[in-house]
Amino acid sequence: MDKGTKRKKKRIPGDEIITLENVTKIYPDSTNNVNALNGVNLHIKKGEFVFIVGDSGSGKSTLIKLLMRELKPTSGDITVMGYNLGKITHGKIPKFRRNIGIVFQDFRLLPDRNVYDNVAFAQHIIQVPGRIIRRNVQRILATVGLAGKYRSKVTQLSGGEQQRVALARALVNKPAILLADEPTGNLDPNTSWEIMKLLDKINAAGTTVVMVTHNREIVNEMQKRVITMKKGVIIDDAEKGVYIDEEY
Amino acid sequence: MKSISTFFYTIGQGFRNLTRNRWYTLASIATMTACLFLLGMFYSIVANFQNIVKTAEEGVSITVFFNEGTSEDEMTALASQLEKRTEVSKVDYVSAEDAWNSFKDEYLGEYADGFTENPLEDSSNLQIYMKDVSMQPQLVTYIESINIVREVRRSEVTASTLSGMNRFIALVSVCIIAVLLAVSIFLISNTVTIGIAVRKDEIEIAKYIGATDYFVRAPFVIEGVIIGLVGSMIPLALVFYLYTKVVAYVGVHYSLLENILVFLPVQNVFDNLVPLSVGIGVGIGFIGSFVTVHHHLKV
Repeated sequence: MDKGTKRKKKRIPGDEIITLENVTKIYPDSTNNVNALNGVNLHIKKGEFVFIVGDSGSGKSTLIKLLMRELKPTSGDITVMGYNLGKITHGKIPKFRRNIGIVFQDFRLLPDRNVYDNVAFAQHIIQVPGRIIRRNVQRILATVGLAGKYRSKVTQLSGGEQQRVALARALVNKPAILLADEPTGNLDPNTSWEIMKLLDKINAAGTTVVMVTHNREIVNEMQKRVITMKKGVIIDDAEKGVYIDEEY
Repeated sequence: MKSISTFFYTIGQGFRNLTRNRWYTLASIATMTACLFLLGMFYSIVANFQNIVKTAEEGVSITVFFNEGTSEDEMTALASQLEKRTEVSKVDYVSAEDAWNSFKDEYLGEYADGFTENPLEDSSNLQIYMKDVSMQPQLVTYIESINIVREVRRSEVTASTLSGMNRFIALVSVCIIAVLLAVSIFLISNTVTIGIAVRKDEIEIAKYIGATDYFVRAPFVIEGVIIGLVGSMIPLALVFYLYTKVVAYVGVHYSLLENILVFLPVQNVFDNLVPLSVGIGVGIGFIGSFVTVHHHLKV
C-alpha cells in the first residue's frame, strides 16, 4: 500500500495524464507548520472523470492548486501532461495552463463584461485571431446552452447560467484537463444536475475531469472514480466509488 | 500575426479599462491633476522669483581701473579674456572720453563747458557683469592680481545679499518641490495601487487561463500611462491659462511694478514644466501600474 493511501481498490492502466509521486505540501506558519498534503500518490488517466471528496481541511483545494501550479510541492513529484510542476520555470507556466480549464464554486467571471467577452477573454489569452474567436465562442456557448445570451451581462444571469459561462470559458480553449473546484457548491439541486450533465458530456468528448465536491448525491449517482481525502492523505481511491462517511 | 493581434488587443483593453473603471479613472486623473497643478503653480512662482533675482544680479557690475600708461589695446585684450570666463556675462570697455561724457551728462550739464581737458584722463575702465554674483570675490581676486590693474571697485553688500537670496530661494524651492513631488508620487501611486488591487480577480483569472505576464500587465500599464498623460495635461492647461491671465492682469493694473516684477515668458516656464509634469504623470502611471500588477502576477 502506498504511503498516504490507506486503501486502493484499483489502478487503471493506460496513459497517465496526472501523476503525483509521494507529494507533500507544508504551509509554513510562525507557530507550527501546517501539513496540507502528506506523501500523496495519485495517478489519473487521460479521459477519466475523478471526484475528489473529503472534509474541509482534508487537502482537496491544495491538491487543485498544486495541479494548477499555483503552489509548488514541498517535496515529491507532480507531472501533468508531461510537465514536471516542481521544476517548471515561471515563463513556461502559462503554456502549461493552456492545457487546463478551471471552474470555481464562485464562477469568477469578469462582472463588467458580457457573456461573449468573458468567454472570448480565454481565447484572446492564447492569441487566437478575432474571426476564429467569434466562431469558437458561438460554438461553445451553444454547447453549454447559452447561445442566445451572448450579449447579456453576466451579473444579470442566474447562478446556473453563470456557471455555464464559466464552463464555456474553461472549455473554449479545448483543454485536455478540466479542474472543477466545487462547481455546484452555489447551485440548487436541479441546476447542479444540469451542470453535472454538461461535465459528463465534456468528459465523454475526451476531456479529463477532476472535480472537488461535497455533494454526496452527485458523487453516489454519477458512478465515477472517487478519491477520498482526509487530513492530507488519500484514504480511499475507488473506481465507481461512493461518498465515504466521515466516520470511515 | 498572432503577436500583432495580441498587441492591438492589449492596447484596446487598456483603453477600454478606462471606461470600464470610470470612477477609478476619474479618481486617478483628479488626484494627479490636483498634485501636478500645485506643483506647476509653485514651480511658476519659484521660476519667476529666481528670474527677478537673476535680473538683479545681472545689473551688478565690477569696475576695473588701470595703471597710468596702459594702452587701449591692453585694456580691450583683457576685456576679451575676461569675457571668456564662465561666470562673466558681459564686459564693457569704457574709454576715458566715454567716462567724461557720461559724467558730464549726469552731473554737470551746461557747467561742463568750463573744462577744456578731460579731468577723467585715467578713468578708462572695464564694466564687468556677472552671471553668478556669488563668484564675485574669486573674480575680483583674480583681476587684482593682473599687473595692469590699478583698482577694482565692487558692491560687496549687494552681491552677497543677492547671492544669499538666490541660495535661499533655491533651497526653499528644492525643499517644497521635493515635498510636493513626494506627496504627488504617494497619492498617485496609491490611487493606481488601489485601482489595480480591486481588479486582482481579473488578473488571477487571466493567469489561471494561461495568460503571460505581458498579456496581463500591458493593458494596466497602457491604462496607467494614459491616466498619467491626461492627468498631467489638464494641470498644465490650467497653469498656462492662469499664468497668462495673471501676467496680463499685473501688467494692466500694476504697471508701476513693471521694472521690479519682470515675468518670465510663459514659454520659458513651460519649457521645464511640461517635461517635468508629463514625466511625473506618465512615469508614475507606468511605474505604479507595472509594479502593482507585478505583485498580483505570482498566481
